[in-house]
Parts: sequence; structure tokens; C-alpha cells
Amino acid sequence: MSLPATSAPLAIVTRGLHKRFGELVAVEKLDLAVRRGDIFGLLGANGSGKTTTIRMLTGLMPPTAGTAEVAGIDVVREPEAVRRRLGYMSQRYGLYDDLTVEEHLRFYAGLYGLVGAEGRTRVDQLISDLDFTPRRRQLAGTLSGGWKQRLSLACATAHRPDVLFLDEPTAGVDPAARRHFWQMIRGLSAGGTTILVTTHYMDEADRCQRLAMLWRGRLVAMGEPHEIIVQLGQPTLEDAFIALQEQEPVA
Amino acid sequence: MNVSRWPFWAMLRKEFIQMRRDRLTLGLMVGVPAIQLVLFGFAIRTEVRHLPTVVLDEARTRESRELIAVLVNSTYFSIVAEVQGRDEIRARIGRGDAAAAVIIPHQFTRDIKRRRSAEAQVIVDAADPLASQAALQGAAQAGLAFRPDARPFAPAAVTLKVRPWYNPMLDSATYIVPGIIGVLLSMTMIIINSMAVVRERERGTLEQLIVTPIDRTSLMLGKIVPFLLVGYVQMTVVILLGRVLFDVPLRGSIPLLYLLAFPFIVASLGLGLFFSTLVRTQAQAMQAGFLFIMPNILLSGFMFPRAAMPEPAQWLGLALPLTYFLEVLRGILLRGVGIEALWPELLTLCAFAIIIVALSVRRFQKTLE
Repeated sequence: MSLPATSAPLAIVTRGLHKRFGELVAVEKLDLAVRRGDIFGLLGANGSGKTTTIRMLTGLMPPTAGTAEVAGIDVVREPEAVRRRLGYMSQRYGLYDDLTVEEHLRFYAGLYGLVGAEGRTRVDQLISDLDFTPRRRQLAGTLSGGWKQRLSLACATAHRPDVLFLDEPTAGVDPAARRHFWQMIRGLSAGGTTILVTTHYMDEADRCQRLAMLWRGRLVAMGEPHEIIVQLGQPTLEDAFIALQEQEPVA
Repeated sequence: MNVSRWPFWAMLRKEFIQMRRDRLTLGLMVGVPAIQLVLFGFAIRTEVRHLPTVVLDEARTRESRELIAVLVNSTYFSIVAEVQGRDEIRARIGRGDAAAAVIIPHQFTRDIKRRRSAEAQVIVDAADPLASQAALQGAAQAGLAFRPDARPFAPAAVTLKVRPWYNPMLDSATYIVPGIIGVLLSMTMIIINSMAVVRERERGTLEQLIVTPIDRTSLMLGKIVPFLLVGYVQMTVVILLGRVLFDVPLRGSIPLLYLLAFPFIVASLGLGLFFSTLVRTQAQAMQAGFLFIMPNILLSGFMFPRAAMPEPAQWLGLALPLTYFLEVLRGILLRGVGIEALWPELLTLCAFAIIIVALSVRRFQKTLE
């Protein structure tokens, strides 16, 4: 397994990160290293431990063992400090149906202390950057899937986090919205934000600079997409992914 | 301003916007209590009128028959039988055939004619506080209306002594209506607040909030403060309706009542938060709320006098904030007492509020596990 090729500083580092729910080992002694500014894909089937890993990294869940650093801060020891530096977009978007686009942004900016003139400027900027101007006063509950996803991303990045966690962000949106979403992700990455994204779409995995492939809670491959293919001895990423699935013993 | 305060203000703002937008729930929070009060109130009205009453007329004069007519005209009493002796009264009330009895003694008319205060007795089955209330009101009205010699400005010619049986502790005229304020307040506060927190969990917004820098206390206070205002609005509506529709007396200090309601509302909201940490779905939160309301209705003294309960039930009642708040409501509204009589309730309610809120904040772990 290759470590990052360059000596670029690391935005996420885990050592022996481990999570058990009773008998079930959800994540097994995971060692991850994510370079600052990268789009890093966490790849795996349902139940492979992707969401549990993100939850441990965002401080939503304490690990059973091991350590994790995000933006240079120990997640377990200083969960409050790390929360100011990270953004998180969950699978379910976490929006309030009865708040407007602008109210969502003001709320999330306010939670990070972005208030007054500074807060208004940031909210206006997000609204124009993400083309929300005509939908500014629309209730989130009436937005289409793609626009909900976009609003959820705006909320997660209102405070300009150093590290952004996206848990299956494109599940259930149409191809055009997915393409647009990835343009926004690349823009954030170009601006220096580190992005950790979970997915099981292979075309999305191809858009990541680096990938980690999880299988039943274990890290089975890590590196650039072409390196993963080599590591797993398969012609394409999709073949590698399916080959792993087939290893799984029939329950 | 301290930076760590911002999440709280952001939360508070958000809650108010959502509350304003959720007109249906807001309407229900005020409308349902109003409807329930009216239903309860009119149920009480129909119950307290036309008490089945037996008469023991020992005097058998024009005046005694006139008194009986006045009692019947008050609509509080319906004569079901005339009896011949006190044993028969005891038997009939004991069996439940009658809820009240009127006894007019031999010397009744003689006393009136000698311009002495004549006495008649109204006996009432006070095991039902509503019956005693009716008897008290009916007897008082009849006493004023009874004018045997037709002189409009004569002093009251007759004293109707009401003897509550079975429940000598009978202490209030309007026993139930102030209690409704307490029951409705605790019910809506607990259910509304636990559902508000559980809704955030169900929708996934709680998960989103937990990864922000907001601390548990700000999060919980952001949920409590807006509903505190709703609680006061609700209380005001019910008191005003009780006053307008049912003549619930307001004998004591209203500011004192609002002050003492503060720890009670906070404790109820705290219980709502506590329940939200025990359940997973809004439906479960609703069920837990109703489950908790039952002992409140039965044990707090809302329906049945606590003094008449077996001891274990009395002890259980002491664990309910409503028990103390009912004392406050009845004390202030009905007996017109001041803080000097209610400070033990104030201290107990404050202790409840602090302990319950502290417990729920502790239970509400900032993790998903």
C-alpha cells in the first residue's frame, strides 16, 4: 500500500482507527492518510464501514480504539476544536423543510459565529456563487433533489472549513446535477479545501485524486485510481470493486 | 459578545422562524387547550346541575315548601323523593340514589315568624367534589333568593348550612378548572418539545447540528426558550377562557402565578427533552408523553383529592411537578393566597426544573451512539 507520494502536509491521518458494535467490527484498524487539498474517495459497498469512518472523523462517534487527526487536531481529545475546522454533509442532507435557502445559510453561518455584516456578506456570496439568487426565499422543502444537495453543500461550507466530509452526496440526484456538483467540489478543492467523499459510483471514484477501498471494515487498497487497479490486479476500477464483492463469503 | 454565545442565538432565531411558519402546530398549541377547556368546562356544568336530591321536610309549612321550590328553581337540585327520616337519607346517599339531601327542621317556620335566623340543612355527597360545588352554589343562591315575607330589602331570612359528607377536606369551589390549566400545560409542553427534538433526529438535522460548534446546553436552551413563551401564551388563553366562560375566580396575584409557572413550564419542557433522549421516532415521543400524562391526571390531585388516596399513591404523586403546580394554581386562583403560603411549592418546582434539565442535557450525548 503506497503512502502519499509527495511530502505534502496531511489533512487527515488515522492510526489503527477501530470501531466495534458489540460483536460486529465495523471498521478494523484503519490507517488513512489524506493530503491537504486533495479530493479523496472512500470506496466500498454498503456496510463496508464508510459512514462509520466519516462519523468517527467528524466526532459524531467515538472510536473503540486508535487515533484520528483532522486538520492537525486530535478528533477524540479535542472534538470541539476540530468542529470549527470541518464541514459535513450527510446522506440525508439535513435540511429543514420549513426554512428558506437564505435562512439555512444564515443559521449555519450563525452557528460558526459568522454574524452581522460578516455573516451577511458570506451568505450573499454563497447565494450568488451557487446560483441561489432566484431561490433565495424558497422553502427548502420545495426544492428539487439537485438543489437540496447544493444547499446542503452550501450549509456545510458556510464557515469555509479546511476539511469537508461528504457522505454519498450524489445518491439519488440526476446526472446533470451530479456533474454540476462535482464541478463545485473541484472548485473547493482548487481553493485549498481537503475533501473526503464516500461513493460507490465508479465514475465518481475516477474523479478523485486518491482513493481508499474498504471491504468489510478493512482497508484493502489505497492510492491513485490507476494504482488501485494495479494493486488489486484488475483491468478497471469497476472490475476491482466487483472482484472484492465476490470475495465476500455467502452468508 | 462572547463568541460561544452565537450558536445559541442562531438556534433561537431558527426555532422562532420555524415556529412562526408552522401555523398548524402553533394553532393547535393554543387551540386544542381552548377546545379541551370548553369541553371539560361544559361537562362540569352539566354534571353539577340537577343533583338528585331527597327532601326531609319536618316543618311541612308554606314557607318550607317555598324553600324547596327556590332550591329546585336554582337548577342545582332535582328532587327525586321525599323521605321520612334521617336514616333514609343516609341509606339513599350511601347507595348513590341521591347526591344531596335537604332537611328542613320542625322549628323552621316558627323561627322565620319570630324574625330569628332560620336554618335548613343541605347534605351533599362530597366524595364527588363537583357535587359539593354544586350544592354550595345552589344553597347560596337559594339562600339569597328565599324571601318568605316578600320584603325586598329584608336581611336573608334563612341560613342554608351545607354539610359535605365523606370528604370533610372539601376546600375549593372550582376544583377542576384551575387543574385543567396545569394538566394541559404539562401535556403540551412535554409532547411538543420531545417531538421537536425527535423530529431533528429523524430528519437527520440533529446529526448535522452535532458536527457544528454548538454545545449541548445552547442546543437544549434554544429548544426550551421559544416553547416557554408558547407555554405562557397557552396559560393566558386558558385562564382568560376559564374566567369568561366558567367564572373561574382570580382571587390572588396574577404576576405571582406567572412567576411560579416559570419553573413548572421549564420542568415540563425538560421532561420533554428527557423523553426525546429515550425514544427514536415522533410517534414514540407522542406515546411516551401520553403515558406520562396518565399518572399526572390520576395522582396529582387533578381529578381526585390526594388526601383520599392510599399512601403509596400519595408518595408517587409527590414525584410529579404537576402536584405542586396544582397547589399553586388552586392556592392563587381560588384561595387567593400569596407567596407566604406557596414558597415550599416554589422551591420544589425550582428543584424539579434544575434536576430535570440537568439530567436531560447530560443524557443528550453529543454523539450518535
